[in-house]
Amino acid sequence: MVEMNMVQSVNSALDNMLDKDQDVLLFGEDIGYFGGVFRTSDGLQEKFGKHRVFDTPLSEGGIAATAFGMGINGLRPVVEIQFADYIFPAYDQIVNEIAKVRHRSGGEFWCPITIRTPAGGGIRGGHHHSQSPESQFTHTPGLKVVYCSTPYNSKGLLISSIESNDPVIFFEPKRCYRGPFYGDPHNVPTWKNHSEAEVPEEYYKIPLGQGRLALEGDNCTVIAWGTMVHVSERAIIESGISCDLIDLQTLLPWDKDIIIKSVRKTGRCVIVHEAPKTSGFGSELSASIQELCFYNLESPIQRVAGWDTPFPHTTEWDYMPSTSRIIGAIKKTQED
Amino acid sequence: MSRGEEEQIPLYIPDAPHRPGDSSSFEPWKWHPEDLKKPKFDCDANETYEHAVGLVRVLDDNGEALGEWNPNLTLEELKLGLEHMVRLRIFDDRMMKMQRTGKLSFYMQSFGEEGIAIAQTMALNNEDWIFPTYRQPGAQFVRGRDMVSMICHCIGNIEDNVKGRQMPVHYTYKKGRFISISSPVGTQFSQAVGVALASKYKNLNEVTITWIGDGASAEGDYHYGLNFASVFKAPIILNVVNNHWAISTHYNIASGSNNFATRGLAYGIPCFRVDGNDFLALYSVTKWARERAKMGFGATHIEILTYRAGAHSSSDDPSRYRPSNEHEYWPGGDPILRLKEHLIKNSQWTEKEQEELEEKIDEEVITAYKEAVKYGDLANGPYPSSDTIFTEVYESVPWHLQEQWDEMKKWSVE
Repeated sequence: MVEMNMVQSVNSALDNMLDKDQDVLLFGEDIGYFGGVFRTSDGLQEKFGKHRVFDTPLSEGGIAATAFGMGINGLRPVVEIQFADYIFPAYDQIVNEIAKVRHRSGGEFWCPITIRTPAGGGIRGGHHHSQSPESQFTHTPGLKVVYCSTPYNSKGLLISSIESNDPVIFFEPKRCYRGPFYGDPHNVPTWKNHSEAEVPEEYYKIPLGQGRLALEGDNCTVIAWGTMVHVSERAIIESGISCDLIDLQTLLPWDKDIIIKSVRKTGRCVIVHEAPKTSGFGSELSASIQELCFYNLESPIQRVAGWDTPFPHTTEWDYMPSTSRIIGAIKKTQED
Repeated sequence: MSRGEEEQIPLYIPDAPHRPGDSSSFEPWKWHPEDLKKPKFDCDANETYEHAVGLVRVLDDNGEALGEWNPNLTLEELKLGLEHMVRLRIFDDRMMKMQRTGKLSFYMQSFGEEGIAIAQTMALNNEDWIFPTYRQPGAQFVRGRDMVSMICHCIGNIEDNVKGRQMPVHYTYKKGRFISISSPVGTQFSQAVGVALASKYKNLNEVTITWIGDGASAEGDYHYGLNFASVFKAPIILNVVNNHWAISTHYNIASGSNNFATRGLAYGIPCFRVDGNDFLALYSVTKWARERAKMGFGATHIEILTYRAGAHSSSDDPSRYRPSNEHEYWPGGDPILRLKEHLIKNSQWTEKEQEELEEKIDEEVITAYKEAVKYGDLANGPYPSSDTIFTEVYESVPWHLQEQWDEMKKWSVE
């Protein structure tokens, strides 16, 4: 075990997989010589060669299409879309092509590709360096959707994603690359001395489709992913209310068992995500929880989400779910 | 000056040159088979400028094979090419009839464009990858696909290898390296570059061929494909089939230029325009492009100049938007007639042999059809199991699909 931040843990996962499997190759914008704008592929081109790790034109549609072709021709490409906000030129390739080729070809062709993309706000990125478009992919049959939150789970989940024979959209919360974010922009710690920053240098996997119980409690279930795991953790502690905190990790397919078990225990639930509230993935979870746990619920399920507006620049702290909003929601679930 | 005080130049909206009721005409071709030489395989894009603005031909207007592009095929090869083109035309005729009688939900024919995929696939090696649109099904005959299995797909019966999931003509045939066809036009063009790069990455001596229509060349994927192929020197043959029409959209509306071939020059890719109804020219240019790719010099971009003689699909009625007999005016004529006349001219073939060939293939198609409907037809079934809705969405079935699958079974009408 060594201490890593999430840039290093993602890099370590890519390093392990490039080493383990000749069919794995990395490409995207600025990821080769320069090592990526967030440094996640730093040193990998030098170590594995230009034919394994290379820069592409600024062409998200072309990157996804090329990955498709390589995937159906026996390779296992891992591509980076520099910001999740820029994934939309690739949307047709992802939704109509990559996600559906196994089914449409009667199983003759499939795309074992991983699309990594930094997502989420809190870096003063404005409209187009801050969005969290996970629900635009969870609505697509044929994809798996993963959203990591810590150095430890980013590495294990990324290795599982790369080894998956299904296409995976892998969201990395860019706010947490260098430290967990607890909702206070004036006091941002690093990953130093955080238990989730203890990461094996060796290959290991965290299965897709499984959530993680980040905190254990009795009176409310808080479900979050990405940066919101950490903001929720702080909110729970500050609320003084004993809560389960579920870090969902995989959104498609999501971990039904961990949620049912928790909500049946607590009878109350808060769902937290950065993406806009309307048609956000919280809507899916909320609907499913009432189908599965209706008679266990003691109060209405609360959603704390981004507003249904474009993501702002200087006022982003009023946009992103804050500890106080989450505390308010947890308290609301405790009312009779 | 305010509006109205001087004559305004109106917004320019392009239109097709001829609409229903007009008499059609095309400019007579000024290009001849001996005009263009073969460039060096390692040529620069600019050295092919004449090839892009001209027209590579082998068969002249009298059916004579001339010039250095003549591939000098053996009689066996020529007869096989003719046979496959006839096979595709008769197959298409039969399938269109079946569609009209409700035996298929939909169909798309290659009428007038039969030479393209057949000549080009014959010019390739069997290990080369084919990434087609719905207008290149003929490549499967060259790769040896059983006609019964093609019909089963079109019907969507229990032997459909696509398992009733896609519309007819959306073939997939991995054994013949013929990659699954998708409805969104143009997506294959950029994907094919990835296929080619994977072959290169694996150090395999394989080339990829793909096509896009004049209409779909307005999609971003066309430009992504050209750019990635150029940047990474992909071993690929990139074809734009300019058949003049994308449903009712004339190429005037797809592009402000009347030449598609030259677009590749700006990407640094050698470009050719080829007579798309000349089997020998198609074969020859493709062979050249394959050789170039194999030698590591990268992509070739080809405009295949032809005319969509048939409707876009069985759902389309071209008489609503173009003169019904316009294809009869096409200077390129008919690809089957042209190869046939060439063979007859050289005393290598007779009208009688042609008739016998057509009869033989007619019989072959009817026999295949009768065999295929044993596995079910659209009107009466049997159809693929509804379980195929849930299988192969993922490698294994996740819980939420399993739940929905179980739900479906409860309500399914048996």
